[in-house]
Amino acid sequence: MSKTFDLLIVGGGLNGPALALAAAQSGLTNAVIDAQPEGARRSDNFDGRSYALALASVRMLDALGLWKDLQPNAQPMNEIKVSDGRAGDAEVFLGLHFQSAEIEEGPMGHMLEDRYLRRALLAAMAENDRITHMPDQTVVAQSVTPSGASVTLASGDVLQGRLIVGADGRRSGTATRAGIRRTGWDYGQTALVCAIAHEKPHNGVAHQFFMPAGPLAILPLSGNRSSIVWSERSELAAEINALPEEDYLTVLRPRFGDFLGEISLAGERFTYPLGLTVANNFVADRVALVGDAAHGVHPIAGQGLNAGLRDVAALAHVISHAARRGEDFASPLVLARYEQWRRFDTATLATATDVFNRLFSNDNPILRAGRDLGMAALNAIPAARRTFIREAAGLNGDLPDLMAG
Amino acid sequence: MTGATTVDPTEIAKFEAMAAEWWDPNGKFKPLHMMNPVRLDYITAQIAEEFDRDLNDALPLSGLRVLDIGCGGGLLCEPMARLGATVVGVDAGGGNIPVAQTHARQSGLDIDYRHTTAEAMAEAGEAFDVVLSMEVIEHVADPLAFLTACARLAKPGGLHICSTLNRNAKSFAAAIVGAEYVMRWLPKGTHDWSKFITPDELYALLRQSGLDPVDRKGFQFNPVSWQWSLSDRDLSVNYVTTALKPA
Repeated sequence: MSKTFDLLIVGGGLNGPALALAAAQSGLTNAVIDAQPEGARRSDNFDGRSYALALASVRMLDALGLWKDLQPNAQPMNEIKVSDGRAGDAEVFLGLHFQSAEIEEGPMGHMLEDRYLRRALLAAMAENDRITHMPDQTVVAQSVTPSGASVTLASGDVLQGRLIVGADGRRSGTATRAGIRRTGWDYGQTALVCAIAHEKPHNGVAHQFFMPAGPLAILPLSGNRSSIVWSERSELAAEINALPEEDYLTVLRPRFGDFLGEISLAGERFTYPLGLTVANNFVADRVALVGDAAHGVHPIAGQGLNAGLRDVAALAHVISHAARRGEDFASPLVLARYEQWRRFDTATLATATDVFNRLFSNDNPILRAGRDLGMAALNAIPAARRTFIREAAGLNGDLPDLMAG
Repeated sequence: MTGATTVDPTEIAKFEAMAAEWWDPNGKFKPLHMMNPVRLDYITAQIAEEFDRDLNDALPLSGLRVLDIGCGGGLLCEPMARLGATVVGVDAGGGNIPVAQTHARQSGLDIDYRHTTAEAMAEAGEAFDVVLSMEVIEHVADPLAFLTACARLAKPGGLHICSTLNRNAKSFAAAIVGAEYVMRWLPKGTHDWSKFITPDELYALLRQSGLDPVDRKGFQFNPVSWQWSLSDRDLSVNYVTTALKPA
């Protein structure tokens, strides 16, 4: 079998399908090759994973026609409180307070459960006749010529296309096959992720506590539930995650505090080792990388998926404008525009989150005093605070068409 | 060399190397590549408006015959062909023709490249819906004779699009001192500033040649974003005009 598409998208997680939908809007045809079987993607059970979608990402999902159906299940984030706390005294509020009311665009973000986003992307792909979703398929080889590209699947099938897009995660096979090397390091930290149910309402407030072992984020889900992202040194994280449910909660309670009343687990528990991995190039001949395949950042600011969607929107923008003016949209000329656009943002984000984490994952009293002063100063200056909020909402910098609103 | 019937493989390798050089985004034609998107945006928008085409269609320029004068390596011809136009590219520099042909073949595009001039094409009675002469007029010996040939090459109701450099202190600084000497974007001696034409002079020449100028815009370089964009007001350095051949 040999089939021809405009885009050969490797990876069926979130960024791959989002790119297929965006490219299809511009008239391009797409194969989405997903190593996972479809059933694994479609589960209806809340598994505890969720995303903090920045406003720019919400706009993009809206432009792709998905937000209308997602919104009823999304929890607006109206406030973010940032505190510098140590285990046991996390309730001491020292620092920053951001409110959506300070920017005109509305809530700075929404929390959305993974199951809803995944299902919406699968359904939209199934309805789109410019998208061929190929679950349970693995790419074993890829090749490019001056005018085209192809990938070979484990089944022996060969797909022809014009551009190969690697949306296949931080260990991207697409990048490896294209000879793109990576730079990065391990933080020796692991994020513990789960959803909890709590007694009192969260009122749409997100909390970020900075503690010596690593940050703890409490992000509001619909109802009396919150998603927590809790970073600990990797050895300790493995021990905690292996604990029975009640013991896990016992460890969590002093970190979490009691401001939301009694807490219990509301889904599965996950762990994610934290590390920074950035591809040395985001493009190669007829190959482009998006999402974690291009840059896996520390999830401290919840910017992983948002940065990925920003890649998707920028790539879709660059190639659709190129196609409209008759350029070969997968030529080095065009892909260089995508790389130039995204590289600057990524370097800024990777550096900022890295510095932030190193600064805050520390119990040194001088650093603590310094960062408390810094947070107080940032809090006292409305313009600086608005800039920070707009950054968190993804509204700073050059916006791709899909995010312009 | 019209009698050559066998193709020398070392020649082909040379042309492929030259094509690669023409199309290298960071090679010696980098300034053209940087400017090409905004040129194409302008050209496609003018064609779409005049011939009532929707650029969201798959092949919006199908059925249109386009001539590119001074086609070089095919930087304009290929996009026009990809949008569905029937394209003829001519260049007075014969060396560019096999280079452009080689790249079109690699790109899977069918483009008719010829080593000839606008005047010879007009003499032969060729006619086109769209005649492009981008960054050519500042290099010709007799601009009026050149534009008259362009006018003859356009079908009644057809379009002529022309870009060039303005003649003033700023364009001297930008094109000669900046592009040739400071940035080394272009080889020294590429431009003779005294041959540059102001927008008003070009409008007058277009009218004399039998064309009806209908639009002019500036190409502006933003050194912060490192990108070119179109400007309604600033025609002080690079600019482009559209003229109609009366029906």
